[in-house]
Amino acid sequence: MSTIVAARPSPETRISPVFRFAMLLPGGVVTFFLILFALGLVLFLAFRSNDGSLLGAGLTAANFVTVATDPLYWTVTLRSLVIAGLVTLATVATAYPVAYYLAFHAGRRRNLLLFLVTLPFWTSYLFRVFAWKIVLAYNGVLNSAFIESGLWSEPTLAFLNTPAAVVVTLAHAYAPFAILPIYVALDTIPKSLLEAASDLGARPFTSFRRVVLPNSMPGVLAAALVVFVPTVGDYVTPAMVGGPASTMIGTLIQSQFGKANDWPFGAALSVCVMLVILCVVLVARGADRRFGSRT
Amino acid sequence: MSAARKEANAGGRWLGLYVLAYLVFLYLPILLIPLFSFNDSIQAAFPLQGFTLGWYETLYGNPALSGALANSLVIGFVAASGATLCGITVSYMDLYGRSPLAATISAIARLPILIPGVIVGISLLILVNLIGLGPSRVAIVLGHILVALPTTVVVMRSRFAAIPKTIREAALDLGASDWTTFRRVMLPLSLPAVLSAFMLAFLTSFDEFIVVFFLAGTEPTLPLYIWSQLRFPRSLPTVMALGTVILAVSFVIATLAEILRHRGLGAARRNPA
Repeated sequence: MSTIVAARPSPETRISPVFRFAMLLPGGVVTFFLILFALGLVLFLAFRSNDGSLLGAGLTAANFVTVATDPLYWTVTLRSLVIAGLVTLATVATAYPVAYYLAFHAGRRRNLLLFLVTLPFWTSYLFRVFAWKIVLAYNGVLNSAFIESGLWSEPTLAFLNTPAAVVVTLAHAYAPFAILPIYVALDTIPKSLLEAASDLGARPFTSFRRVVLPNSMPGVLAAALVVFVPTVGDYVTPAMVGGPASTMIGTLIQSQFGKANDWPFGAALSVCVMLVILCVVLVARGADRRFGSRT
Repeated sequence: MSAARKEANAGGRWLGLYVLAYLVFLYLPILLIPLFSFNDSIQAAFPLQGFTLGWYETLYGNPALSGALANSLVIGFVAASGATLCGITVSYMDLYGRSPLAATISAIARLPILIPGVIVGISLLILVNLIGLGPSRVAIVLGHILVALPTTVVVMRSRFAAIPKTIREAALDLGASDWTTFRRVMLPLSLPAVLSAFMLAFLTSFDEFIVVFFLAGTEPTLPLYIWSQLRFPRSLPTVMALGTVILAVSFVIATLAEILRHRGLGAARRNPA
């Protein structure tokens, strides 16, 4: 039997070239043309100077010099990093207990709960942000509810148009992103590890701190990444609930391709954002390796 | 029952309460939109002013709105078809193609997760201007294929991976060509996941705002129409009525996609051979 099997060409070696080409074509076009080539264009444009034409002129690092020397961009970049960092921290910290419950306590309700926490992910991002605008507005839900209940007599302006409003709104909008990666990491921890810890006399908290938490770190890092990346480049939330004091780097990029109409400079800002994200990814990779990724 | 077990159960109850509070935090702001869409006042504030369906009536006979809706539906359908086709082929070749190129394509296809939407938007804006297309519906379709691609690849990859290897090998050993094996064996077995990926891609496109903002020409999609209306306080109740309809449809489609995804996986486990 085994000799017959061995005599045949293995299924992998006889994939026909035509089939291979046809199957690789759609993905190949999309990945190489729409992703790599388009990102390459951004990188190229970042080193050009703005002369009103589509691809600019010359070859210059002036855009990056401006970014590096103008304190405005440092302020805005730093603010974006702080806001995205706070959002990531808040999202991951609040999502962790939910993921923990799903992995170890949910029982029969697990699938239903998993579905409920991921459902908002599929609703319009614009509406999730808009909902907070009507919650936080001067004539909005929160103010009117407090006045109605007699806690306050005057509506307060302190909610809307603050960086804090941006943090809360983004943390709510990206909350569903964080639960799933953490849940998957917790769920794949072998139950024998927990039993061993308990058999060796570890109290529940000790076994959480020494066994569960380190083993779930890859999921925590993945969650932090998928929350951090979209928030650091967000421009819709600052525009809707943030006010002028919450301008983020995404807002600046958007205006370079809109009102300011300086595409090369916008491209340079984009390259800087991608570099920041690359650094964060590398740090996360390094931390992941330190915790001994099981993936 | 050991003391440790008892302690763990008590912890579970507290955690259960926390999860409940978390779900309230997750859903309460979203559910305010339907609540105020039935409120007979232009302000979204308490106390409620009485029940009305008037805001829903304003949705009818609005040519700008129905134009945007038609745009969104067409773009969503085409983009979801493209993203699903790419998701199927990319993940199939990643699993069975045994070539570095297929693995590279699969890795790059999941890359858009690590690119903020604003950068996806501007990079495609530069690209479509370079090839002479300009901001248009085709440009939006390209953008939405990119945004939905990681989802379709992940959904299809986990589905293909759940089909026992022996099924594909049996088909190939019995003389089926690659194409026949793919079309007659692997694709039918993963049909629920294909539908699920398509629906999720459609939802992604239908609700997408950040990328479409850069790529839309003269014909706005529904989220862009809503964005343009948000500037006028007078039209807020209408926006909330529209939002309620969109939320309801999104919930239904997402639920169907979820059911299909689970049904597909269950079928694969029941008929392993």
